[in-house]
Amino acid sequence: MDSATSDVRTPLGATADNGLKIVVVGGFGVGKTTMVRSVSEIRPLNTEETMTRAGEAVDDTSEIRGKTATTVAFDFGRITLDERNVLYLFGAPGQERFWFLWDRLFSGTLGAVVLVDTRRIDDSWYAIDRLERHGTPFIVACNDFGGARHAHSDVREALDLDPQVPLIDCDARTRESSKEVLITLVQHIQSRYAGQRAHAAASPREFV
Amino acid sequence: MKRPGRDDAPDRLYTLTGGRSGSGPDSPFDLVTLVVAESGPTVGMQSEHAAVLRLTQAPTAVVEVAAELGLPVSITKILLSDLLAAGRVSARHPRNSALPDPDVLEQVLVGLRNL
Ligand SMILES: Nc1nc2c(ncn2[C@@H]2O[C@H](COP(=O)(O)OP(=O)(O)OP(=O)(O)O)[C@@H](O)[C@H]2O)c(=O)[nH]1
Ligand SMILES: [Mg+2]
Repeated sequence: MDSATSDVRTPLGATADNGLKIVVVGGFGVGKTTMVRSVSEIRPLNTEETMTRAGEAVDDTSEIRGKTATTVAFDFGRITLDERNVLYLFGAPGQERFWFLWDRLFSGTLGAVVLVDTRRIDDSWYAIDRLERHGTPFIVACNDFGGARHAHSDVREALDLDPQVPLIDCDARTRESSKEVLITLVQHIQSRYAGQRAHAAASPREFV
Repeated sequence: MKRPGRDDAPDRLYTLTGGRSGSGPDSPFDLVTLVVAESGPTVGMQSEHAAVLRLTQAPTAVVEVAAELGLPVSITKILLSDLLAAGRVSARHPRNSALPDPDVLEQVLVGLRNL
């Protein structure tokens, strides 16, 4: 049961100064909140963003007074990485109509986990398309809901997935598995940016 | 569960923010900007401002402040902008750049492995 108010707060250390973001995106009931909960040091909290139709955050209450605003709820958890870095994990609904929320969540995000239920693969198309266009690094994690295992090659084909994008199985209910998902994502981000840096170094514009 | 912005009368939100704008695209606050109180609440202070100052005695992300206050993120940012302008809170912004710092990525990995 999620609640907007936690009874016991776990404060961050006084030296925490760098917030980082990872987004978990996926269709209804695919296990986003479960994954956030299984690795978070706080009970997942829930908040919401109010957006106008145009996709701008509401910064003027006249928008709320009118009928032009929409409200989207999302949940999040927190992982203290060390004395300075704190990772926030956001669970965001994957449906097309929430694109404006992701564009906000994605800005400055390290990367994303696309959670997939292999029985409902098409739920993930839109999110993947959006992430690709946005240039946000992501991996795909197939949540295990029992039933027949799908071959990775089939899932890749169904998602038309770039061969570079890691695809793994997971069980969002366990901490170890969710942790492994996040580690896989960060390693993917590392190798992606290492490639970009090498590319930038190969074209030494500064020395012209 | 309280669903601000939906259950709350718009008038309450209007009162909270004075109907002003303050969290537009140039808002200094990211969802994960860590906010720290620079002073305690004072008598007669708007109750939401006082609540923010109590919450942020330890560094607290904007999104946590919003969740704890039960207010939408955008309204929370307006409250925080006021407090920042008055010098009552300070803000530790994420060290973002187009390419994440490889050292930070390594720290994230180490932190995750240690979980
Ligand atoms: N078998 C199995 N069940 C899971 C797994 N992950 C989540 N579930 C269950 O699936 C249900 C939905 O999980 P949630 O975490 O609420 O899914 P969600 O994506 O946050 O759902 P919405 O926010 O409503 O879209 C819950 O009953 C979970 O216990 C998994 O890896 N395996
Ligand atoms: Mg959920």
